[in-house]
Formats: sequence, structure tokens, C-alpha cells
Amino acid sequence: MIRLEKRPQPSRAWTVATPILAVALTMVAGGLMFAALGKDPVEAIRTIFWDPLFNEQFASYSRPQLLVKAGPLVLIAIGLSLGFRAGIWNIGAEGQYIMGALAGAGVALALYPLEAWFLFPLMVIAGALGGWAWAMIPALLKTRFRTNEILVSLLLVYVAEQILASMSLGLMRNPEGGGFPGSRNLQQYPAAANPELIAGTGMHWGVVAGFIAVITAYILLNRHMLGFQIRLTGQSPRAARFAGVNPNALVLFCLGTSGALAGLAGLFEVAGPAGQISIDFNQGYGFTAIIVAFLGRLHPVGILLAGLLMALTYIGGELAQFMLGIPAAAIQAFQGMLLFFLLGVDVLSNYNIRLGRREVA
Amino acid sequence: MNRRTLLASAALALGLAGTALAQDKTKVGFVFVGPIGDGGWTYEHNEGRLAVEEHFGDAVETVYQESVPEGADAERVLTQMALSGADLIFTTSFGYMDPTINVAAKFPDVKFEHATGYKRADNVGTYSARFYEGRAVQGHIAGKMTESNIIGYIASFPIPEVIRGINSAYIHAKKVNPDVQFKVIWAYTWFDPAKEADAATALIEQGADVILQHTDSTAPQAAAEKAGNVYTFGQASDMAEYAPKPRISSIIDNWSPYYIDRVQAVIDGTWESDDTWDGIGAGMVKIGEISDAVPADVKAEAEAMIEAIASGAYHPFTGPLNKQDGTPWLAEGEVADDGTLLGMNFYVEGLTGEIPQ
Repeated sequence: MIRLEKRPQPSRAWTVATPILAVALTMVAGGLMFAALGKDPVEAIRTIFWDPLFNEQFASYSRPQLLVKAGPLVLIAIGLSLGFRAGIWNIGAEGQYIMGALAGAGVALALYPLEAWFLFPLMVIAGALGGWAWAMIPALLKTRFRTNEILVSLLLVYVAEQILASMSLGLMRNPEGGGFPGSRNLQQYPAAANPELIAGTGMHWGVVAGFIAVITAYILLNRHMLGFQIRLTGQSPRAARFAGVNPNALVLFCLGTSGALAGLAGLFEVAGPAGQISIDFNQGYGFTAIIVAFLGRLHPVGILLAGLLMALTYIGGELAQFMLGIPAAAIQAFQGMLLFFLLGVDVLSNYNIRLGRREVA
Repeated sequence: MNRRTLLASAALALGLAGTALAQDKTKVGFVFVGPIGDGGWTYEHNEGRLAVEEHFGDAVETVYQESVPEGADAERVLTQMALSGADLIFTTSFGYMDPTINVAAKFPDVKFEHATGYKRADNVGTYSARFYEGRAVQGHIAGKMTESNIIGYIASFPIPEVIRGINSAYIHAKKVNPDVQFKVIWAYTWFDPAKEADAATALIEQGADVILQHTDSTAPQAAAEKAGNVYTFGQASDMAEYAPKPRISSIIDNWSPYYIDRVQAVIDGTWESDDTWDGIGAGMVKIGEISDAVPADVKAEAEAMIEAIASGAYHPFTGPLNKQDGTPWLAEGEVADDGTLLGMNFYVEGLTGEIPQ
């Protein structure tokens, strides 16, 4: 008989060891899947985890790309994790990401072709405000009318997608684009562009913002009264109220912050790697960030590592596709396995496993 | 050294790396917007890739990547492909236009071919097929087949290529059936079986009994089969598994000859950037078998039209034609020029509804 006994405290050793164990298990299970597809499993695993970092042919390009891919994920996930810790569920980061991008790009396109030093900072502020305002809709509805923020924020994603389509076809369409949808390319508008800061590193302002967010969130959660209130509300809402936490203010703060960070991520993406507003500008960063937040155990440093790991599986997965001809669906299944094992082995941190018969009392 | 010269030197370094990696075997890359099993657009491009492999055997190696999102991810995929030593890369969706141009600038020795776009460079050529020629045949058959006089149209994105198709189909449906009405749904996707099925069902509920599509999955065929007595056409690929009904014919993109031709040019060192726009005549667009569900006389008329278009005797956009707002576009006997067709952003007279802005 195998029995699970809840630990009084999550095991510290296992908390560190489980992610490594999960990655190892994924390699075994994924390797079996690749073998079943007729591919060399060792080569496939090496291509996914090793080549993006150390292959001499690609690594100088794909290593910086890890930061480009992880930047928005980390930035959004940090914001989400604050709310998740307090039991406030913002599922609509994707929508806030779109609205941030639209607001920021809107400022640049409205002022085109003005070349001024203050343009980019202005776009950053507009991007944050755009995401913040979009997140305020579920926040205000929740504090005023007790609506469910999960549903409202999620459904607003689809509204944002429609606004995005309308903008790329109408108001923000490039007048020199021959009638095709999509805005001007901001990469070709120096005052508004978010380029690589140091060539060959992948560092752009969005990645910098991601690092700042990690540090700020760490300090907030560990050293600040607000962080204490967030953690307390998550553990025991009743106790938090006795301790003088204003639940409505906390909802406004958590949704507002995560919205603003998602908006920033959108702005940095549209002014940088993506370059333009287009109908399918959003690529699911807002949803993937939810996974990253949980993968990182809602801890700022954990989120940073989880974001990099997700980016690695994306980029390594792309390499495996065209280097080895592994189908895209198998790569998605592989990523799914990683999440499955990461969450599955969590049981080891929270429970003791006992072998043998339960003693009869 | 400021930010921009740093960038330029990095781009140069990347380019040099690309050259150093070139191999003896010609390596050809393909970037696909959907899965190769979509049964439509991407499927046919992959057939073209397989034809290249078969034609050249060991002299050529092909690599591909499917379901690549249009945007920043495409740029990374293209860069990695170029870094891996590809000599020629086909980017097979409109949304890869800017990424293709950006990456091509960093790899001057790698040749790029971008489908359906309009931006070119010394090492970027474009190619597309005159799908609207096939749409004319489709419109003719659809106009004859409909009994409710309502034809549904699942459109993808409001870009000229799609609008051209709607206009061409409508003109020819209207010619044989003056009472015909078009209902257009914009799906904002090239491939999404769930959305396409929803769109087809919605059109059928609005009374459409013929459905045309500019999206790539067979979900509309499945929806039509379920509804019964609704006709559809294969899009980009033959979709023959739904013949003879609901699929009564199809427009097939046949990329194989073009791909073989361009790979040969790279091998010979004669490749040059150009703009190819071929139709039924050159064999880039094919009309799939017209099934027995279509009456023999309609089939004969359609075949005559195919022949006339192939020989150049008939152009699907021949006046007199007015724009939707009633302003004259083409005078009696006048034929549309390619420039107008390539940038088409208006409906012809008689179509209802608006192109999304």
C-alpha cells in the first residue's frame, strides 16, 4: 500500500529538487514519444535543451532570443503572481497586453513622424495605462458589483482582440501599406523603436523591465507591508480583514498592477520584436504567463527561471522541428509533459509517501 | 559607436556566419502558417516541397517548419533556418512579409521567396497564384447550383487577395443568376477548424445552400455534409474526400513546377528576384474535378470558361463593371490591370455589406 501523508510544512529539499526531477521525467517520457515517432530520442532532447544554448552554429543567435521570448512572459507573470497569491484571479492578461500595445503604438502613430526624445517614454506610460485601464474594468465590477473577475477578465480578451482587428484594418492602418492591414513598422521609426540595447544580447527595454519587476516584486513580497497583506489575504481572507486589510483596495492594486505590467509587455513587444500592430499581433503570451507564474511557484525568482525554461522549450522545439523534422504537435505534447510532471511531482513537496500497511488502531 | 552602427555590425557578422555555413548540398527551407496536414493551403505547399525532394533526389535537402505564427516568431524561425545553412527559403503566408524582408537583409547570400506579398529585395522574390481565375469558375457553378439564391462565403482577412476572390465569384454568379445574394463572414484566420465550422453553420442557418471559403480546413465541408443539400468547393487543395457531395469542385494551388524551377535556378546560380503571378494558363491554379452532382450542361459551361481563361481569351474582370457605390470602374470590354487587382480594396456593384475597416 502506498499512502500519502500531508507534511505540516512543504519540504524545502523537495521544493528545490522537484523541478529538476520533473525535467528528468519529461526527458524520459518525451524521449519515448520521439522514439515512437522514429526519431533519435537522445538527439531530439539534445536539440531542444542543449542546442539553443551551446550549439556553435545557432547559440550566438538563439541564446539572446531566450531573453526576447522570456521577457514578456516574466513581466506578465510577475504581475499575475501578486494577484494569484492573494486569491485574485486575473485571467485576462492577454487582453491587457493587447490594449497596452494599442495605447503605446497609438501614441507613436498619432505623433508620426515626430522625432523627439520624450516619445518613447510617453509610449511606455501610455502602454502601462492602457493595460491598467483594461484591468480596471474587472476590478471595478468586482469591487462594486461582486462580479467574478475570472470571467470578466477572460471575456474582455476577446473584446480586445476585436478592437485589435478593427485598429489594424482602420484607424492604425499604414497609409503607405497598399491597403493591407497592419500599422506602420515602429522598428523603422527611430524615436518610437525599442531596439536591442546591446547588439547580440537580446536585451531590449522589455527585458530590462522584466528584471526590474522581478526585483521589485521580491522586495515587495518580503520586505513591505503590502506584500505581507497580499500573502495574508491569500492564506486567510478572514484573518486579513481582522488585520485591517481593505479587500477592495487590494483587488484594485493587484488587478491594476498586473494589467499595467501586461500592458507594458505589449508595448515593448509592439515597438520591438513584433514591430507593428497587426490582426494577429497577440501570440498567447498572456495565457502562457499564467503557466509561467505557477511553474515558478508564484515566487519572483522562480518565475524568472520558469520564464527562461518556457522560452527554451519554445526555441529548442523550433530547432527540433526543422532540424529533425519532428512535427509541431509532438513539440506541444512535449511542453505539456513538462508542465504535467512539474505539477505532478509537487506532491512530493507537500506529502510524505509511506509504504506499507496502515496500522489498525 | 552608437546603437545603430552596433546593430549594423552585428547584422553583418550574422550574414558572414551564414555564408561560412553553406554546404555542397542545396538546402531549401519552407515556413508554413498551418500544419502540413491541414488538407488545404499548407498541404499543397508541402506537396510542392515533396516534389522538390523527389525531383532533385540527393542534390537537395529540404527542411520545413509548420504552424509558425506571423510576427516576431517568424523572424526567429527564419533566422535560425538561414543560420542552419539554407540556400533558399520559401515563406508561404502573407504575414511573413516584413519578417522575410528583415531577415533577408541580414543574410544577403540566402535567397528568399515570399508567397502573396508585395515587398521585394535583391534576394527576396515574390510569387502568387491568380486564384481569382478559379473563383470565376466557382462563381459560375455556384450561381447555377443555388436554389435559395443565397451563397455563403467564409472569408479570412480583408486583404486584396481575398476581396478579389469575393468579387470574381460574385460577378460570375450574378451573370448566370441575377437574383443571387452573397453573405460574407470574416473569420480572421487562415486555419481554425472550429471557427470555420461555426461560420459555415451560421451561413447555412441564414439560408445559404452553396458555401465558398477562403480558409484552409475541411471543417466547412463537414458542416455542409451534416446539413445535407449544401454544396462546397475544395479550397487550395482538392478535398476530394468530400466528393461528389458536398464538394462539387475545387481550386487547387499547384506549386510544384514553380518550386522545382526556382530551386533549379539557385543550383545553376541564375536565381534573380522577381514577381511571379501565374494562373490557370501556366498551371499554377487548377480546377479540381467537377463532380456528378453538377448537371452536365453546367459542367460543360464551366469547362469552356476554364479553357477561355487558360488561353487568355477571357479575363474574369472584364467591363462593364461598377464599384459597390455605383461609380464606374471598367468600361464595356475593358480589362482590369494587375495594379488595381493587386491592391483591390473595394466590392463590385451588387455586393452588400462592407469590407471591415
